[in-house]
This record gives sequence, C-alpha cells and structure tokens, in this order.
Amino acid sequence: MDVSQYLEIFIDETNEHLQSLSDQLMILENEPGNTDTINEIFRAAHSLKGMAGTMGYKRMQNLTHNMENVLSEIRNGKMGVSADLVDVLFQCLDALQVYLDNIQQSANEGEEDNEAIVSRLNDILNGKSSAPVNEVKAEPVKETKSETKLEIKFADFECNAVSKALEKGMNIYSLTVHVDENCILKAARAFLVFKSLEDYGEVIKSVPSAQDIEDERFDLTFNVIIVTNESLDKIVATVKNVSEIREVETVVITSLDEIQRESSVEKADEPKTEVSVAKDNAPATKQPAATSSKPAATGGKPVVNRSVRVDIEKLDVLMNLVSELIIAKNGLISVSSNDEGSKAQGFNEQIEYLERVTTNLHESVMKVRMMPIETVTNKFPRMVRDLAKKLNKQIELTMNGEETELDRTVIDEIGDPLMHIIRNSCDHGLEKTEIRRERGKSETGHVVLNAYQDGNNVVIEVSDDGNGIDVENVKNKAIEKGTITPEQAETMSDKDIVDLLFKPSFSTAKEISDVSGRGVGLDVVKTKIEALGGDVEVKTALGEGSTFIIRLPLTLAIIQALMVEVGIEKYAIPLGNIQTIEDIPVTDIKYVHSKEVINLRGDVIPIVRLEDVLDIAEEDRKQTDNLTVVIIKKGERMAGLVIDSLIGQQEIVIKSLGKYISSSTKIISGATILGDGEVALILDVNTLV
Amino acid sequence: MDNNSIIKADGTQYVVVDIGIEQYGIDIKYVDNIVRMQKITRVPKAQRYYEGVINLRGEIVPVMSLRKKFGFEPDPLGDKTRIIILKPEHESIGVIVDAVREVIVFSEAEIEKIYSDGKDDRAKYISEVGKTQEGLVSLLNVNGIITD
Repeated sequence: MDVSQYLEIFIDETNEHLQSLSDQLMILENEPGNTDTINEIFRAAHSLKGMAGTMGYKRMQNLTHNMENVLSEIRNGKMGVSADLVDVLFQCLDALQVYLDNIQQSANEGEEDNEAIVSRLNDILNGKSSAPVNEVKAEPVKETKSETKLEIKFADFECNAVSKALEKGMNIYSLTVHVDENCILKAARAFLVFKSLEDYGEVIKSVPSAQDIEDERFDLTFNVIIVTNESLDKIVATVKNVSEIREVETVVITSLDEIQRESSVEKADEPKTEVSVAKDNAPATKQPAATSSKPAATGGKPVVNRSVRVDIEKLDVLMNLVSELIIAKNGLISVSSNDEGSKAQGFNEQIEYLERVTTNLHESVMKVRMMPIETVTNKFPRMVRDLAKKLNKQIELTMNGEETELDRTVIDEIGDPLMHIIRNSCDHGLEKTEIRRERGKSETGHVVLNAYQDGNNVVIEVSDDGNGIDVENVKNKAIEKGTITPEQAETMSDKDIVDLLFKPSFSTAKEISDVSGRGVGLDVVKTKIEALGGDVEVKTALGEGSTFIIRLPLTLAIIQALMVEVGIEKYAIPLGNIQTIEDIPVTDIKYVHSKEVINLRGDVIPIVRLEDVLDIAEEDRKQTDNLTVVIIKKGERMAGLVIDSLIGQQEIVIKSLGKYISSSTKIISGATILGDGEVALILDVNTLV
Repeated sequence: MDNNSIIKADGTQYVVVDIGIEQYGIDIKYVDNIVRMQKITRVPKAQRYYEGVINLRGEIVPVMSLRKKFGFEPDPLGDKTRIIILKPEHESIGVIVDAVREVIVFSEAEIEKIYSDGKDDRAKYISEVGKTQEGLVSLLNVNGIITD
C-alpha cells in the first residue's frame, strides 16, 4: 500500500495541527483552567496521532499517543496543569516538528525516539494518577498462547535464518493474525501489520506469501514469522495497535526442531527489508542488534513541493477572467474583418475591454499569491515565551493586524528579519525585571507587533517599552571604531546616528551589545528587507523604548507607477511613494542651509532636482517659471522631486537591470518596458528622502 | 554554402569585429545574438563604459561600449554598428562594435598568448592574438571584460 500520495495533505494538516497546539498551549499556560482549550489541545493531539498512524509514522504516533494520555487525564480533571507540564508539552511539539521536518525532507520520520520526553510524560502521568505503567505495554496482552505445533513449512534458507537468529539470542515469534470480519481493506490492514512489525525486527516468512497478502488473497487469517529483539508483549501490542485486528495468536520458536522443513525450496519473494531496530527500553532487549539504519537523506530537494492553499472562489474569479480574455480576443478577430470605417472604433472598444480584463486578471492573480502575515507571525508567541524563560524576563507580546496580506515571496523572506527584530527587542530592548521595577515601569515588558497596509505598502512595526537606544553611546562607539569622524558626528542628527546600527561594519553582535545592547546583525535585517524592495527604520526614545518600522511593497512583480519626463528621458516613480503632485512657482523656493526647500501647507520640504541627481545633459535641461514637484514620502520624511512633465499613471512590470550594470547611488531600482517597446527606468525614491 | 572549412577544422570559431582601426575576435560560444543598433536607455550613475540598457524581446539587456572601456574615441554610430549580445551565463550583456566582419576558425597553432607587464589596462581584456594571412586579430577575454 502506498501512502505517498497523501504525504502533502499529511504535512499540511500536521502543520496546521501543530500550530493550533502551540497557540492553545500558550493560552493554557496563562489560563490553566480553560476547558475549551484543553479540549482543543486534546483534539489536535488525537488527530495528529491518527494521521501519523495512518501514514505509518510509528515514532510520531507513539509520542502523540503519550501526549494524549496525559491530556486525557487533564481533560477528565484528574490532573492539574503545571508549568512543568506545559514545558514538556512544548518539548513534544518541538519533537513533532522535527519529525515533520524530516518527513518533509525525506518522507521518513527519522530515528529519534524522544524517549526522554516520553518518559517525562509518563512520570507526570504516574506522579499524579495511578494509571497503568506504560501505554504501549499497558495494553492487555493476555493472548491465547496456543501451544499448537506450527503448521508452517519452512524452506531451507528460512531455516538458516531461524537458526542464525537463535544463535544470536534473538526472539522468533510466529504470529497468527486474525483480521476483523467486517474489515473492508484486509490487505491494507495486513500491510500496516507488516510495516509496524518491520520497525521491531525482520519478518522472515509469512503465509500466505507477502505478495498474496498484498493482493488480498487470504481469508481472515495470516501467519507471520518475525525475528526480533523485542519482547512478545511488545510485538503483540504493536500488531494490535493496527485497527480492525481482532486477535493475535502467538507461538514462541525456541529451537529449530519446532519447525517443519519443506523439501522443495520455495521461491523467495519475502520482503527483505533491512529495518533498524528501534532502541527501546523494553526489558526483553538482550543485545543490540546490528542496525543498518538508512540515514535520513539530508540536503537535496524536499520530497514535497511548496504549495499555497487557494480559496476556490479566487480560482473561480480567475477562470472567469480567462474566459473573458478569450472573448476579448475573439472580439478583436471579428473587428479585424470589418471594413475600415468601423474598424478603428471597434478596435478601441475591444482594447478598452481587454484592458479592463487584464487589470482584473492581474489583481486576482495577485490575490492568489497573497497570504496573511499570520503565517509568519504565529510562531512568535511561542518564541517570545521561550525567550522570556531563558532571559528570565516577563514579556508580553501583542500582535495586531496579522490578517494583513502580503505576496507569498515576501512572506517567505520576511520571517527571519522579523524574528531577528523581535528577539532584539526582547533580549536587548527590554530591561531586566529588577531594573524595570527601579525605573517605575511595569515589571512585564511589552513588545507590540503592528501590521497594516499603507497605500501600496505594508508596514510592520515592532515596538518595545524598554530602554531605547542610547544615541550618545552609539556615537562614541562609532567614533571609536572609526566608522565616523568626530567632526562628522557633530553634524549628524540623532536619526543618522541610530541608522549607523544598520551599517555592516558597525553592528556586529559583540561590539554593539556593550553599547546599547542593540544590533545583532541588524545589517543583515536591513539587507534582506531592502532586497525585497522595502526599507527599515528605527525610532527610539531613551528610557521609553524603540520602534522598528519595516515597510514592504505589497507585491514585487507589477506596480502602479507615475510616468514622468526629466529632460528627454522617461522615468517611473512607484505610486506607493507619492504623496501629492504640486505646481510650484520658482519664486516659492526658499533656502535653508543653502539647500532648496519649499513650504507646503506648513511643511518644510526639501527639493530634489532630478536633473542633477540623474545627470541630465545641459542641453536637455529646461528652464521654467513653474516647477512640477512630485512630493514623495518615506515614513515621516518627505521630499519634493522636480520633474519636467507628467506623462500619467501606468501599471508597469518590474524587470531587473541584471547584475552587470549598477547605479552607484542605487537610485535606479529596475526597469520596465513601455507600450512602444522603449525602456523606462524605475526610480527608487527612498534613496532621495 | 561553403562551410566545410568550419566543420572540418578543429579549432575555435571567433566572430571578428571592427572596433576603431583594429580587429577583435569574440569566441562564438559566448555570442547569443547580433542585433542592429537601437535606442539605448541611459542608466544614470552607472559605470562609465555602460551606454545603458535595451529591450531585447522583452528582456532588459545592459549594453557596454568597448570603445569607452578601451579608452578610444566615442562610438561613431553608422549603418554597420551592431550590438553583439553575449551570454556568458544566464544573463545577457550587449557590446557595441563598429562592424561585424566574419567568422574565423583559429586552430591552436594560430593562437598566441600575449604576455604583458599588466600596466596596460587593455591587457586583461585581451589575452591572446589570432593570426591570419591579412593580419592579427586580438581575441577578447569575454569574462575579463564583463566582470570588472
């Protein structure tokens, strides 16, 4: 029986269950009496166990089974929830996650039994209740041990295997398995029996043959001879664990005489599976069997493709749009056969239609690619909890706006930088409990993650109410390290100095943690976010805390942009950056520190002459009395870009310039191809603010 | 068409181009395409020897002026000016040449290494010379040209 076709579903669902377990455990830790939560946890653990069992992942099943036992006691009110218990349950989750990761990589759960966790679970179980010893072994093993002489005939090589095993002191059992009469998938059950037995030893013979059993050519009974180091009880329990097995009769083979030789050699189609014998603390273990474990295939391609679950409605919309696209195409064909007069008008109509359809199509494809940032942030509560324990601080993480959606590619990349920032806030931002008390702050430190959409951007803010960044310290350190000269430091604003933390040369873990406790690889965070087309800034107030603000584009491939002309060249400015467009008389320009600024409705905004920034040739520059100024905004800061003329708003496809050519000031973020085939460059205005 | 000479000769094929008064050879394995001169979009603040980027069937391809790179006079654009699209790896890159002459096969014996004292900037762009009856062809070191 092949279960690999269900692997993807298994992985998806297991992930979901693990996440829900993690969420619920967090709740349980705070509200130990919450029965809904306990029920929810129990259900998730139970589903996990069932799924793992079906897929034949015994270790996973075993672990979840043990979890379930403990949870069931809690659910029945026989046991309370202790911090210790929650810890163990979290460890279980981690172990399950490891199993799942292995499965994702190699379709194999790996060899780790997590005995320590299992025994801790059992200790908890035994400490609080008088539950029977061990769940697997606890199953009733009072089998009818019929001492009937074996009816099975053995071929020569099978006899050899038996005698060798006996020499080694291994146990040989003959099992007669009775499948339940109502069982529909006999072969499947038999397969699971085989599979579970193979975890403990080698099946040397079966009657009927393995092939026949697989083809369901047997009644309700089949015989299996297994060589193993395990005790009989354990083997029987394992077999009985498979559902719809009615009964297991066993015979222990202790000498060759007990078996009947077969004169003719049978064809050998036994499953010759080399299976590592799980190291188990079963009392029957006499000697470690030579294990030939298949090392989990590490590296290489994961066996399962990454997938996105898509709402069927979104797909329906897509389908409809594609149909419309076809209609539009047909419309164009019919128009082209019209006579000249009506052609022009018909074309225009069809093109408008086509435009509408493609815009909608683009929007829906984007929506399919969108995922809530929840998929990343839902791991944080757990992380913060663990960090709090480790750092011995009280930390409360609040998250808002997790439903904000981002492009899948962005989501995949943003996890690490975000985690980094949150860690940073917990580790370095928040003060120790004693210090907080001294300073008259609440003992519990707060970390708040806020996500929201802002135009074409998504903003994620991580703020803490900790110590904030000591600007003076950073400045001194920077001078000491030679990053800046004392003269430079004089002219730098606090903001500029804080930005130094993002400099790669500056913010290495060791050095910076002496200063303010900030900056474990913040440069990496910045690089990563900039690679996604976003940017990160930090606001801080000494003693009050700091806020990291990450700004990300909604999507990477297609954006709305304003096309402008500078000199004789065309440039695209992403609409997300644009605040307003103003007509400013030259006479309104004022000078502050010999820099051009304008006063726009009370805001003093610096003016950037794009023709200077873009090195426009002298002869192409135009002198006018009125300037067209595009006001752009990055966070709180604004700037006015002087352009020559506006072309209009347009949807553009972003293309990379490639690795060979690069703009030294990073002002060009990419290029796009216009309707007439001409190339227009996309300005990264963030570099100008 | 007589391409027997190409097939039977075991050597390397080079696209021979004119830049200024000299002839240069480009190993044909790097050549993806040869296109006519077209509108090049300038990229501000880019390396000085880049003319800009072009749209090559929907792909954005940077275009480099070998003349600027070698320190010659700027390109005199004419009928024969071509952009040779090189594809050393996955990404294409264009180089402007005055004209494309022919494809020549050089056997190993006809290729000679040049050793320079490294003072000349052009030394790293031209590592070998191919000999023909008419004269010498400088063979461009494609990787050297695009990677710095």
